[in-house]
Order: sequence, then structure tokens, then C-alpha cells
Amino acid sequence: MAETKSIIGTQNKKGQTYTDAWKLLNEAPRTPSFFTGSEVIKEAIRRASCDVMIAYPITPQSEAAALIGELFAEGYIGDYFRGESEFAVMSQCAGAAFGGARVFTTTAGPGTMRAMENFPMWAGSRLPIQMIVTCRGINSPLSIQPDTLEIAYLLNTGMLVWHAETAQDFFDWILKGYMVSEEPDVHLPLALCCDGFFVTHTKDVVNLTPADMCLPPYDPYRSPVPCMDMECPPVRMMRDPFVMKSNYISYATHASWQQEIWAAVERSRKHSIHWLNGLIDAENTDADIMIVASGTAVSQGREAIRLLEDEGVRCGLVKVKTLRPWPEEEIREATKNAKHIFVPEFNVTGWLAKEIKATIPNHHRVHAGPHVCGGMTMPPEIIVNEIKTALGMKKSFVMAGRGS
Amino acid sequence: MSKERIQISEDLYDIMPSDYQDLVKSSTYGKEDRGWKDIGTSKELIEQHSLCAGCPESMAFRYILASLPNPEDTVMVGSTGCTSLVFPMVAVHNIHSLFGNQNAVASGLKRALSVRFPDRVKDVVVLAGDGATVDIGLDMTLQAWFRQEKFTTICFDNELYANTGGQESGLMQKGFVAKMAPVGKLFDKVRLPEIARESGCHYVVNCTVSKPSLVEKVIRNAVHIAREIGPTYLQLYTPCILEIGKNSMEGLQEMRDSEKPTERFAYKEYVSEPAKQLLAELSAKDKERKAAAKQLAGQASA
Repeated sequence: MAETKSIIGTQNKKGQTYTDAWKLLNEAPRTPSFFTGSEVIKEAIRRASCDVMIAYPITPQSEAAALIGELFAEGYIGDYFRGESEFAVMSQCAGAAFGGARVFTTTAGPGTMRAMENFPMWAGSRLPIQMIVTCRGINSPLSIQPDTLEIAYLLNTGMLVWHAETAQDFFDWILKGYMVSEEPDVHLPLALCCDGFFVTHTKDVVNLTPADMCLPPYDPYRSPVPCMDMECPPVRMMRDPFVMKSNYISYATHASWQQEIWAAVERSRKHSIHWLNGLIDAENTDADIMIVASGTAVSQGREAIRLLEDEGVRCGLVKVKTLRPWPEEEIREATKNAKHIFVPEFNVTGWLAKEIKATIPNHHRVHAGPHVCGGMTMPPEIIVNEIKTALGMKKSFVMAGRGS
Repeated sequence: MSKERIQISEDLYDIMPSDYQDLVKSSTYGKEDRGWKDIGTSKELIEQHSLCAGCPESMAFRYILASLPNPEDTVMVGSTGCTSLVFPMVAVHNIHSLFGNQNAVASGLKRALSVRFPDRVKDVVVLAGDGATVDIGLDMTLQAWFRQEKFTTICFDNELYANTGGQESGLMQKGFVAKMAPVGKLFDKVRLPEIARESGCHYVVNCTVSKPSLVEKVIRNAVHIAREIGPTYLQLYTPCILEIGKNSMEGLQEMRDSEKPTERFAYKEYVSEPAKQLLAELSAKDKERKAAAKQLAGQASA
């Protein structure tokens, strides 16, 4: 069943060399390339030794999903097809993962919502599927614009949820994501989120690993639950199916399995720290004022800090990289000196601020905002104004059309 | 899967459950002419089940599992409903994930198995109720057929939602009074066999499970055609005796009554041209094999 000799150093049918993942991501030479986020997704998947990718059109992930079709045509992926809806696609991904494949898919906004029933099922079935979520509005009337509200719905599915800031994060995290989610003590799906358009449709310099090196293939026999390929004995799983049984043993079984899924999320912590060099990045943690953000709000926060520095206001920054596992200790530590914590977000409800408030002592320090949504951009000036208003300082900027 | 995979280490033999010991001793994995006649003389691939006494679905399960041509390399996909009470006791790998997504799961599964085992046969068989197949999952049922996914879809048609307590379903007969059809169902039984044919299925059968030999034949045909050519569909009447007000011993008669030539489960079959050719080839091979076996037996006795 399990390979007894190492596959590292051998070549796949495209002539790529299976390379130790740590060496590939940390030691292999990098080439700066000027790509859109969608193209970066394609380049990461070219190196990811994926078996199956299933696609469906929805803005703003359609381009990436189609580009991966080109990879399939070139022979880099075992199989690829367009499903009939996101609900079906996520079930098709489940089928492929149950069958022992390394699986990749992408979705966005309403697609994430339509597919939602699948996500706790993926986690409960311990399927290490990777799903790129290029966040967009889910409100009515119809919007295709950037908005991160959908991430809030993913947080309690049992999936790992990471939030990339840049295309570089995306490239590295797609490959690292498989390494974390395929660990036997984790073996959970990963929702790798980014802010649609801001990351997918803009060009950036991204340092790519060599195209002739790829990840080692997925080994389904390291899974903590049996792979459904009839290559291991089909043991009878239970005397009585637990569904609909109204008895203690049934409740206890369901309860313990739910606890195990969340324990697996916890166990992913050490692997995520190892691969991502920590669950957060923090700067100037001795400052009185901290900005805590995820996704492109981090970039905007960084700009706001620069503007504030020009005026002599010192401000620190926490970039939250993983939402699940949630970096509770790290955020507490990084914000322990802060008197004011600002949480800029691209959504109307402020889910990140709520998570932070539930995590740190003296949560009155958290200023939930600024919030933009429905496709609105977040100029750093509105973060500066939010901070100055809260501190009773005179605003630096007059924001046209914002009623200020 | 090689049969050696299910062998038990001698040191652990006595602590293995007896049904697993039986599976190793006398199951029919790998037996070329396995079929319903093995029932009673070999270990079946289904252990106890928790269906109602006399439920025709349990007969259907036993016949189908006895008839799969290649159970040692078959993965089944189920859905929510009475079938999901049985699958945990079935000795082939099987997947339950959500309600109605079975043909989507099977599509991904079949493709993954084809990628991972390009030189081996890995059959995929979907088995779900009529609510899963025709109502909530119709989109995915049809789309898998449109895409010519190479697996078999079996629908246990009991003409209602049995597991939730007897509500109206799309395959229910017009006029039947049920929960959620308080004045009787207002539209006709959905004609899925015809839709299956038009959607690209290469083998479609509509029948009951009253005759094990017939179930064996259609299962073998459906799996072989799906493996070599494209999607196949079997709609099998497995009446819910509980919800239609019958007693435990009346299931068989109900099926016999419903398969009369003028009734809705009169045997109906569609076979595409390429499938006809394949069946002819398989039948010729089968005859050859039987003749060779006969000759061999003759030599042995001579």
C-alpha cells in the first residue's frame, strides 16, 4: 500500500521532479514574475501535483478555473471538468477526495453559499480538499464586487481557513496548504481565501519556484480514515447506523466526532506555524495603537500606518494569516500593549473584529472599523480618519462623497 | 483489491468479529460467476440490517450485492434515506455524504479512481432512493448522464419519501394521498426511464425485484456497460410496505402485482447499439467459458 521507496527526486510524466516540499518552498531558486492573481493560482497548481480539479464559472474566480483547464490540456493534472453548480462541484470534489485524489477547486461569493452544505461534510469526512475562495459580494441586489462577508460563514464548518493578502501569499500558501491539510493528524479541507479582484485581477511581482519542480504526490493511505478505493478491507463500520438513532451511544458518537474535527483544526496549528512562519505577522507591537487585519485590509492598514507616521503617530500592525486555526495566543500577545485596536474590514458585519473581541482581555479597546462593503475600496485615509476620530484628533483628510 | 488483503493475521484471528471471519472464509470476492445462487452457501456482502421486517429493499440489497460482477473492486455511493441505514453493514467500500448529491460524488470518485488506477477495473455503483434520484438530486442525476460518466445509477423506487415518514415524491403515482399531498398527488409519476434514455444512458431497465435471477441479469449488464461504454440506469420497485399499508409478508405480492404487463413496473428495457454489441460479446465469452468448463469436467470424469 504505502510506497516503501521515496518518490523524491523522480520525475512525473511532464518531466517535473518531485521535490521535498520544504526544499521546494524554502531553498529552491525563485524567479520574479509579473502576473495576475489568477495566473499565480495556475502557476501554483502547475507545481502542486494535483490529481483532479473541478471548475465552475463565477466571477471573479472564472479566469483561474479556466487557466487550470489549460494545465489539464497540457497534462499537468489527472482530470478536469466543469461541474453543473457549486453544490455539485463540491460534491464531485468530495467524491474525488474519497477516492484518494489530491483535489483542487475554486469558488466565490454566491457559489460559496450555494455549496455550503458540503463544507461540514468535507471536514467530517476528513477530505483534504483545497478550495480557493476569491471573495465577492453575496448580498441582494446582485453584486460581483469585492466583499469578504462569505468568510464569516466558513469559520464554523471545521475547515481550515486562511486569508491571503497578496498574490505571493497565494502562490506559497496553495502549495503549503496541501502540506498542512494532508498531515495525518489534520487531514482537513482548506479554504484559502483572498479578496476577489484586488488579488485576482491585479498584477504583481511574484517570486515563483522553478516550473520543473513539484510537490510530492498525495498519499491517501496516510489518511486517518479509510480511502474509498477498495484497496483496504471493507470493514463494517458500525453495528447500527447512528443516523436517526435516539440513544446515548449515537449522540456520544456524533459529539466525539465533532470534537475530533475541532481537535484536528487545533492540531493543524503547529504545522501552520511551521509552514507559514507563524499564524500572524506583527510589527511595532509596543505601539499604543494597533491595526489588526486580514486579506488586503492588511495592505491598506500598512499604508495608513505610513501616513500616520508622517504625522508623528506611531501605530503597529498585526496581519492575521490563519482564521482557522485562530491565532488566539498570538493576537493576545501582539496586542497586549495596545490601548486602541482598529480592525478595518471589507464587509458590513465586521466578523474579524468580533473574533478579536472574543479573544483578548479588555475588548473595549477594539474599534470595529472602518468597514467598507459592496465593492467599495478602502483608501488608507479612511483608516487614518477612523483612528484620529476615535482618539479625538483632528481628521487629516476630507473624504469626498463620504459625508465627512 | 487482491483477496489477500482481507486475510487475517493468525495471531489476531480469534479476536476478529465473526462476520469478518466469515467474509474471509466464504465470501465470493473474485468468484467469476458469482450471483444470487450464492446466497445461503457463502458469506453475503451484507450483514444484519435495520430495515423493517419484510422490506423489499432488503431483498433488493441482497440480490444486488450477490450480483455485482466485481465487488472486490467496486465502490458504492449512497444517499440519505432508508438505504443509508443499510450501507454501514455492507462489505464493499461505500460513501454517504449528503442528500441528493450521489451522482456528483460518483462522478468525482470514478474520475479519481481512473486517474489513480488507469490499468485496473474499478466499478462505481450509485444506489439511492427516488427522492434522492429524482427530486432533490435530479440535476446531478441528469448532468452525470449528459457527461457520459461511466457508472451505474440504481434508484430504489418506493414511490415516496419512506425514511421521513411517507411524503409525496416525484415518482409517486398521480392521485395517491400522502403526507404533503393531502388531496392526492396532482401530477403524473415522473418518467425517469424515458428521460434516462434521452439523457444518454446506454442501458435502462424499469422492473421490480421480485425475481432474483432478473435482478442478477440487469445488475451485471448495467455494471459491464457502465464500465466499458457509459452511464446506465436501473429503476427498481421496492415498495414501502409500511407506508402503503401492507403487512410484512405482502411485499413480494405487491411487486408481482405491479409488474403485470399493464402495470407501471412491467419490465421495460432500453439498450443502446454499442451496449447491445457489448452484451453480445459478453454472452459469447460466457458461453465459451461454460463450454470449456464442461469439457474440462468431462475430461476429469473420463
